Amino acid sequence: MLELRDVHSYYGHIHALKGISLSVEKGEIVTLIGANGAGKTTTLRTISGLLHPRHGSIWLDGERLDGLPPDIIVRKGVGQSPEGRQIFPRLTVMENLEMGAYTRNDKEGIRRDLEHVFGLFPRLAERRNQPGGTLSGGEQQMLAIGRALMCRPRVLLLDEPSMGLAPLLVETIFNIIRELNREGTTILLVEQNAAKALAVAHRGYVIETGHIVLSDNAANLRQNDLVRKAYLGET
Amino acid sequence: MTTPTTSLAQPTTTLATAPSAWRDALRIGLIGGVCAVLVALIGMIEAFSNRNIIAGVITLGTLLIIGSAFLSGYFATRSASDSPRAAEVIGRGALAGLMTSLFLTLLALFVNAVPTIRSMFINASPALVQLLTLGQGMPAGNLLLLVVGTMMGALAGLLQLVPPVFHRSLIIGVVITILIGMMQDLLRVTFQNWSALRPVSNFFFTSNGLAPAGAATIFALAIVFNVVWSQRGDRVRAGIRSLPPAQRRALNLGLVIFGGIILLALPWVVGLFFSEVLVNVGLFVLMALGLNIVVGFAGLLDLGYVAFYAIGAYMIGLLTSTSKEIVFAGGWSFWAALPFAIAVAILAGAILGIPVLKIRGDYLAIVTLGFGEIIRLLAQSDFLKPVLGGSRGVELIPKPAIGPFEFAGPQELYYLILAGCVIAVFVSLRLKDSRQGRAWMAMREDEDVAQTMGINLVNTKLLAFMIGASLAGIAGAIFASKLAIIYPHSFNLLISILVLAVVIIGGMGSIPGVILGALVLVGLPELLREFSDYRLLLYGAALVLMMLVRPEGLWPEEARQRELHEAEEEVSLSEKLADDEELAREGATG
Repeated sequence: MLELRDVHSYYGHIHALKGISLSVEKGEIVTLIGANGAGKTTTLRTISGLLHPRHGSIWLDGERLDGLPPDIIVRKGVGQSPEGRQIFPRLTVMENLEMGAYTRNDKEGIRRDLEHVFGLFPRLAERRNQPGGTLSGGEQQMLAIGRALMCRPRVLLLDEPSMGLAPLLVETIFNIIRELNREGTTILLVEQNAAKALAVAHRGYVIETGHIVLSDNAANLRQNDLVRKAYLGET
Repeated sequence: MTTPTTSLAQPTTTLATAPSAWRDALRIGLIGGVCAVLVALIGMIEAFSNRNIIAGVITLGTLLIIGSAFLSGYFATRSASDSPRAAEVIGRGALAGLMTSLFLTLLALFVNAVPTIRSMFINASPALVQLLTLGQGMPAGNLLLLVVGTMMGALAGLLQLVPPVFHRSLIIGVVITILIGMMQDLLRVTFQNWSALRPVSNFFFTSNGLAPAGAATIFALAIVFNVVWSQRGDRVRAGIRSLPPAQRRALNLGLVIFGGIILLALPWVVGLFFSEVLVNVGLFVLMALGLNIVVGFAGLLDLGYVAFYAIGAYMIGLLTSTSKEIVFAGGWSFWAALPFAIAVAILAGAILGIPVLKIRGDYLAIVTLGFGEIIRLLAQSDFLKPVLGGSRGVELIPKPAIGPFEFAGPQELYYLILAGCVIAVFVSLRLKDSRQGRAWMAMREDEDVAQTMGINLVNTKLLAFMIGASLAGIAGAIFASKLAIIYPHSFNLLISILVLAVVIIGGMGSIPGVILGALVLVGLPELLREFSDYRLLLYGAALVLMMLVRPEGLWPEEARQRELHEAEEEVSLSEKLADDEELAREGATG
């Protein structure tokens, strides 16, 4: 469904992605794990068009995405919950969610999707008129995910949804990711928390300094020596 | 609600913090004193002493002198309202007031002892000494000033101790009395036009300042009204809210019609001179509403906004002028030329917009600043003199007319401006609540996130520049036909800065705020002739003060107010953590 073929991205002169190839099939959760600075967020920024690859191509259902501006890529069906829970802090929860549906015009559908998001995250419904900045960390993460869902993405890109959250809450967020996937959402999940990510994902890729060094199904990756040493903290 | 958060305000042990609170009062008194001396030396006190606030009792100059002591006392005790001991608070206020008046007294003594200081400070005159001794002569007046200053400071301290309702009401009462006193020209002239109102006018006003009885009445009325409103206001508002929708709509419609009638009748009620002031205010309302779209809605800092004003004015000038010196003078009517003026302004908005699409923040401000200067220099250049008239400008611009009705004087032009402002308000209101308005808001918050919401930054930015430019173009067009002659130097950087100040002081993104800002920054100085010399100084002071005290502006937009006061209202971190724990528990059980 979503496919990256030999993608190279640069920040100025810095060669950040050195030939990334990966694919996400319909209905899958695929995780991209790696250390800080390995290129995880850069990969997502390249997919969503905030960064244009210098070589390689990105495909969504046989359509080329690379080179398109970010707003068109959203319209093609790539939704994103950005790193660090970048919600709009002074817009209310409701306004944040409405922003997520910016590309859409079907009022009835938007209303139904709002109900759906509020069903997934009852807490957001309680706080619908509260400014986003006053939400707790976990609530902001929920809002960011809910907002990304509002554009009805065919693929949902999640950038470190567990970052900075208390352990119990990380559990909650991953349960939600699993729940979303059960409903049929295709997800590309970028995570530092490899143990949790591999527990929910079907397949995974390991990225190191701009290269994919490993790719396999999640169960095998969990058994892999390199992953166990470097990312799961086992000896 | 808001609680004072400085460490001084919350003495855990009164003993430990008391000396530092006193030191703080002393410091604020010193700062107030330095400011007061500065105000005296630049001549404001003397210039303002000619304007009576209350006839025979107090002038604006004297008000500055004793007001400085009051303000010192007020700020020295502001954070002490929860202090256990009343005497201490009053004492601190008195100390600050004494310090401030001491500075002014020292200034008076110094000027008196060293008259040659005048060669350096031209305003250090005997007249100033006279004012600084409150008209009582040397030793007695000095003492009097110190006593009055101390009393003022103590009074300010006392004010902190009364219940907040009265505290606020008293301040509002004083401010309203002073404002009415300052604007007595406008009000008296207006009243004198109507013979039935003459006795009322004579009760409140003398030929120079408020009558003492009138001032007392205004003060009392303002206080009573404010106290009553603060106790009953919520109920009235709730009453209005609980009205059936049909009645509420009728009420709104009634208010709109009432406001409309007042606006339509205004130039004939207030007379010729004040209509001129209204026209100038209106031009700035129009421009500020346009800049508000660029800066307030879309968050793009534009320091060259005057360029579009100039383009609108020059297009009208060139197309309608009958001057022989301009090669392309069109001799068209205003109405035929107006669409072209607007179109060219919009085009210029796009031309400015395209190169700055990738530029953010400070860099954008610098580029737009340059753009504004380029337009002015082009108009001024000898090279383009045959086309644009060079530094002599464009002359013989006719007045707009509809049939036999000519917008000749300010009272007629007022309606043209009013129409422009109504259109601008309408456009702003519609845009604000539209999809486009939300796209601007998202872009203002974070360009990257806005893009991942599917917003096209190129279109969004260009549209903001173009709509902003169109409103400035209309303002420029009206300006050109108002003056009948335009020069390049009418379009200098200062206009851009003034419009920006209007938007910032009024409240970025807020439509009523911007209108209020124009009234305060453009209207007030024109009404107070003494202000004109100190206009820029006061703008600067007002901007600094606003940024410190009320950064969201006089009449803020809802979302911006939320942002700037987040720190105060914000749910504390511990509360957020508690929320998260609860969330986690919910998640674990459900």
